[in-house]
Order: sequence, then structure tokens, then C-alpha cells
Amino acid sequence: MYIEVKDACKNYVQDGKEFVALDNVSLDIEKGEFICLLGPSGCGKSTLLNALAGFEKVNSGSVKIDGKEVSAPSINNITIFQNYGLLPWRNVQKNVELGLESKKVPKSERAAIAQKYLELVGLSGYEKRYPKQLSGGQQQRVAIARGLAVDPDIIFMDEPFGALDAITRMKLQEDILRISHEEKKTIIFVTHDIEEAVFLADRIVVMMADPGRIKSIVKVPLGEHRNRTGENFLYVRDRIFELFNMKTDEYIEYYI
Amino acid sequence: MKKLLSLKNVIISVSILILIWQLLFTVSSYDKALFPSPKMAFDALVELIENGKLFENIRTSMYRFVTGYFSSVIVAVVLGLILGRIPKLFQYINPAVQLLRPISPTAWMPFIVLLFGIGDVPAIVIIFIAAFFPVLLSTVSAVGNIDPVYLKVSKNFGIKQPALTWKVIFPAAFPQIANGIHLALGTAWIFLVAGEMVGAQSGLGYQIIDARNNIRADILLATILVIGIIGILLDGLLKLIEKLILKSWGGAA
Repeated sequence: MYIEVKDACKNYVQDGKEFVALDNVSLDIEKGEFICLLGPSGCGKSTLLNALAGFEKVNSGSVKIDGKEVSAPSINNITIFQNYGLLPWRNVQKNVELGLESKKVPKSERAAIAQKYLELVGLSGYEKRYPKQLSGGQQQRVAIARGLAVDPDIIFMDEPFGALDAITRMKLQEDILRISHEEKKTIIFVTHDIEEAVFLADRIVVMMADPGRIKSIVKVPLGEHRNRTGENFLYVRDRIFELFNMKTDEYIEYYI
Repeated sequence: MKKLLSLKNVIISVSILILIWQLLFTVSSYDKALFPSPKMAFDALVELIENGKLFENIRTSMYRFVTGYFSSVIVAVVLGLILGRIPKLFQYINPAVQLLRPISPTAWMPFIVLLFGIGDVPAIVIIFIAAFFPVLLSTVSAVGNIDPVYLKVSKNFGIKQPALTWKVIFPAAFPQIANGIHLALGTAWIFLVAGEMVGAQSGLGYQIIDARNNIRADILLATILVIGIIGILLDGLLKLIEKLILKSWGGAA
């Protein structure tokens, strides 16, 4: 298996109270999969992502990528953050080139690569702008281009569209779905938005809080092109709602 | 239009100041050698310009100021960048810094003169001390306040020291460091005069002592005016540089 999480446990002590963020979580992910970690706040989805990305260590259990235990962040696995993490003193092009500098890519090639990925995220012509001159959606596109530019194996996304308005969010969801197919990356995407998860994921890992655990893993057999109002889409979405007990056994009276 | 408006304000403000001065001169019964009129101070200024003394002293003072201020800023920023990254070390250094910081640099003066004699060095040392603490402390706190996401991104993209410092930490902390540098400029300029009054035989501070010894209150006041004007110009220059640099922080200025 490409990514292997086995019996991962993680505890925090917050205000003198112990808090179980991950309780014996096990999860296998194949190369090229689009996985959404879905759940309410406190369910450990971000903790799990941080453990996979190397920002946090689990207390017990193992987290392996490609057979190797994850111990620190790597340039092969890029994380996209909710607040973009762009460097405001660098223009768009220089931001995209950031990772290429540490990979010691020559200057002339850096520009060409930056150009390519800015075009992919629909931002060619914005090279000389600064992050503050861009909208939130555009800034996240720059961050995505910056991540893709170093040609990572895995992209971790931590509620990347959480700060965006609904329309922009949907547009970016479509783009990330297209990019994931074009670039064939393994993507692990944290969200608390059920529709977002159904729209994007090959598999949805449904998580529950207190203690943080995996409730079930739902396959989304919807293919490459997804229609938010299609019958199949709504069927999958309803199944997820059921898992969260948010669909009551309905008794509806119609007054017509 | 805005510039013109502020120029108008400056003229009105300065005119009021001179008017009050003239009024005090007219009503007061002091000897005019002890309390000269604006006109007399202005004449003294012309005299100082004509005999070349003024520009010679300005040059001397500026040399001391630039040397003391810039060496202080460089040392304080470098130290601050290091200490800011090692909070465990800084917690042992901070109490000592807090102890030394409130001591007026002039209090060190007798000691400095005993060690270094009279000349350029005491003034430079005083300016160094005056600028050092505000820049050091603002740098340490700026480094501590860096948005953690920048450090996470750096780790993720494999940016290691020393590139981490000059590519990420310094630019991220710069706006707050610039605040400290700006604050220190005014303080350093104030203590230049104090330093030269005690530890030097030249420069603008010494020119004040010299005027007093010769009972030339007109020269004294003219020198005070010059010190004020240079202070404003230095401040304006620094503001301009700050604005130019902050422009590349994505139009933050």
C-alpha cells in the first residue's frame, strides 16, 4: 500500500484535560487516489493530515508513506493551507518559484515552470502582482501552483477553500478535480463540507469526534465528471448525511 | 494637493513659533545677549554658515551619527534575529537587557570618557547604546510574532538555514523591525548632542557648549534650530526609505 496508517493514536492535553485527537486510526491509501477526510471539528481530520504531512508525530502506531515512516515534512509531499501561506513580499512568480529554489533548479527553468503552472491554475498574466493585490481564491490558486511546481507525489490540503465564498469555492473545486486528473497526483483533502467531499473524492473517510476516529469509508463511484444536482450525486450525499445521523426518519405531511 | 496643504501647515506652524519667540523677546526684560530675538539667531546662523564652522560641525556630527547608528542597527538586528529564534536562550538574556535598557546612555558618559578619552568614540558609543535596545527588542519580538504558516511552508519546501533567515524570517519580521529602527533614529539623534556636549571638542553638541562658554546665546539658539531641522530631515529620509522597501511587501505602505 502506498500510504499506510496503522493504529495511530494522538493525545493532547488542553487546559489540564486530556483530549484524544486520534484513537487507533488505521487507513490505507493507494497512489493516485483522491481522498477526503470528512468530519466535524475535533474529529482529528487535521491531526491525521498533519501526521501524514510530517508536521506532527503520533504518540503510538505508525504512519508510512511508500514504506517509510514519516518523520518530517518533505518537498515530495506538499501541504496547501487554508490561509494560503504565500509570502507577501514576493510577487506571484517568485512565490511559485519558492520550492524550485531549494531544489536548485536554474533560474531560467524556474521562470518557465512557474509560467506553466500559473497557466494551469488560470493565472497567467499575474506574475508580477503581489499576494495582497489578489482575491482569496486567486491567492489559493497561486499556492496550488507553487505546490505543483515542485512536482510532488502527494498534495495535502487542509480545508483549502474554507475561507472562500461559495461560488469561488465551487469554481476551485472544479479546478482541483481537473488538475488532479491531469497531473495524476495523490490528493488528501480535509473538509467539513459534505458536498465538497462528494464532489471531489474517490473515497470519503468519514470521521467522528471525541475520541477522533474513523466511522466509515465511503467509495464515491461517480467518475471524472460530477454533477452537483445529478441523481447519483444526491444519492451519495444522502448516504453521508445518514452516517452523521443528520437525516431523520422522515415523516412529512404535505398540506396542499 | 496634499503636499501643498501640508507645506501650508508647516509655514503656519513655524510662523506661530517665531511669533511667540519674538513676543517673549519684546516683553521680557532679559539682557538681549542672554535671550536673543529670532532675527539675532538668524544672523548668527548666517555668520556660522559664512565662516564655515556650521558645515564643519555638521559633517563631524553626521559622521559620528551614521557610524554609531548603523553599526548599532546592524548588530542589534543580527542579534535579534538569532535570539528571536532561540527563546530558551533569550529568557536568560532578557532580564539583563531589561536592567540595562532604562539607563540613560548619558549615565555611561563619564565611564566612556575615562575608557576612550575625548573625541569621536564617546559620541559614537552613546549613539550605539541609544539605538541598540529598541532595535534589539523590536527584532526579537518581530521574529517571535512571525505567522507560523510561513515557517510551516518553509519546512515543507525544504528551505534550511541560512536561507531560511534571509528568505523568510527577516522579510517576514521586517515591517516590525523597521518600526524599531525608526524609533531608534530619533533617540539616537537626541543622544548625539548629549554625547558631544560632554565627550567631544567638535560637532553640533560641542558647538552648543562653545557658544555657552563664549556667552553667545544667539549661536546657541541657531545651533538648536539646526539640530531640529536635521532631525526632521533624517526622519523624513528614513520614512522615504521605509516606504520604498515596504512597497515590495505588496503595497502594504
